[in-house]
Amino acid sequence: MTCAAGSAARRATTAGATTEASAPAVPAVPAARTDGEAPARTDGTATARTDREAPACSDGTAGAAAAGTARTAPRSAAVLTVVAPGVATSVQDLGRPGLAHLGVPASGPTDRRSFTLANRLVGNPENTPALEVTIGGLGVTLSEDRYVSVTGAPAPVTVDGVPVDRPALVRLPAGCLLEIGRPWAGCRSYLAVSGGIEVDRVLGSASRDWLTGLGPEPVRAGTGLRVGPARPVPAVPLELAFSVVPAGGALTARFRWGPRHDLFGAADRRRLTSTAWRLSGQCDRVGARLTGPALAIGSVDLASEGMVRGAIQVPPSGEPIIFLSDHPVTGGYPVIGVLTDADTDLVGQAKPGDELRLAPTG
Amino acid sequence: MSVTVSELVLRRAGDRGWLIECAGRRPARVATAIRERPWARELREIVPAAGTVLVVADGRGGMESLATRLRALLAELDELDAAGRSGATGAEGEGPGAPNRTVVIPVRYDGPDLPAVAERTGVSPEEVARLHASGEHAVAFFGFAPGFAYLDGVPEPLRLPRLPSPRARVPAGVVAIAGNQTVVYPGGTPGGWHQIGTTTIRLWDVTADPPNRLAVGDRVVFEAVTP
Repeated sequence: MTCAAGSAARRATTAGATTEASAPAVPAVPAARTDGEAPARTDGTATARTDREAPACSDGTAGAAAAGTARTAPRSAAVLTVVAPGVATSVQDLGRPGLAHLGVPASGPTDRRSFTLANRLVGNPENTPALEVTIGGLGVTLSEDRYVSVTGAPAPVTVDGVPVDRPALVRLPAGCLLEIGRPWAGCRSYLAVSGGIEVDRVLGSASRDWLTGLGPEPVRAGTGLRVGPARPVPAVPLELAFSVVPAGGALTARFRWGPRHDLFGAADRRRLTSTAWRLSGQCDRVGARLTGPALAIGSVDLASEGMVRGAIQVPPSGEPIIFLSDHPVTGGYPVIGVLTDADTDLVGQAKPGDELRLAPTG
Repeated sequence: MSVTVSELVLRRAGDRGWLIECAGRRPARVATAIRERPWARELREIVPAAGTVLVVADGRGGMESLATRLRALLAELDELDAAGRSGATGAEGEGPGAPNRTVVIPVRYDGPDLPAVAERTGVSPEEVARLHASGEHAVAFFGFAPGFAYLDGVPEPLRLPRLPSPRARVPAGVVAIAGNQTVVYPGGTPGGWHQIGTTTIRLWDVTADPPNRLAVGDRVVFEAVTP
């Protein structure tokens, strides 16, 4: 499954907005072509950005040419093939909320904002299954030309080895290898394909839940995933399509006290907010364990109670754990505070060793 | 033991959550009563546990008006209970959140821990089965794993602490007890409870809609079947 050398790189165009400073960033009426192929621009043509990393077709008709080839193939036959799986790549959609009372975690992307952005950029509904890639290492090919989007942790993205300038929207020709390398910042990147990945849903969701094992198996080399019919790709000013990830240095996450902050003494509460915490090596989709000067609370007699995403739970060791997407639905350690939704996304992008400060809000 | 509905009953749990301290009210009943309200459609999660109910809103707005609704509902439940105690109706027999289903689960009392439970409780294995089947069981809450329902109502003589070390993997349908509670294992989890029997009824099936045959608040009758 390789595309013809030379033409591969030539066809690996990055669809980018024009760069004239005076050009209006947003079309007055965002147009979307209904054939599901080329992104509509203000001038109604597909704009192939020309730069040295990703050479565009010289005649500027990449979009139209690609649309022609796509129409010849049966739409339902599109397949995404995983060539290199990376260390922890999984299919995610927005998860299975509403089932916590049956013991089922909500799951879903660790950085929800970057995930939904990737889907919007390729014209998918926000809840469309896409790939969550942790610290890069993913290589995929498509059996059909498609627009794809890479968001979240910024990482080197190449098509058949040619660097892509704007991974937020890429026209990926059939058979060409798209690779996502190790991120420069953050740790979780998202790959959405126009039309979405089609996998069997479990309890209404395509999300792989790492705590319970619900959902599709993590992807492996050779995994083939069906891709749905391409959707109209909206005209979006890509310079505005940025992901919020920690850029290194101290990261600050806002939280709201409670529900069990009153079990902690004043010294513990001060320590929580004054400490430069660090993420330990024990971080996954279930939670992020922090290291630093332990809180003194010790063991607390507390019956199991419902837990929310972003909860800062303090086990007897005194070192907090922040619950992420696949957190257990109930827990018996006191929760001193809960991160804001937005800053839970941010912590989901933090890496072991990163410094984290917790700032009360609300 | 009337409970005053005070500000302290509701604890904030993040941007969208309230944790309700049930303080003597049964969490299953509070959760069921909430779920029966039309405004429950605006809630993402209603999660009863041992002594609390966690309520998570779908949107971020309206957390104070949600709190007002929850306080009003709790006050209503308390008034019903007070009326029930003074009048002829059973305290929790009717009104919001009252259990409305009884699920019968046939059990073959043949579990590997049955002889040990009999020995530790000083009765015969047959008596363990009879006692367990005579209990008034009800679904208190789910937790630990998908489909893992904690059922209250193990009769006093059978209440034992959990096993010192759990078994690695317990198949679906195993009926086990610990403390005041019974579980019918959903399958695929480890388990530290005393296994006293098995049922052929599939209570949890992720391919079914809904996946659960037991719901919070259901009454459960265990019916002994002979091997």
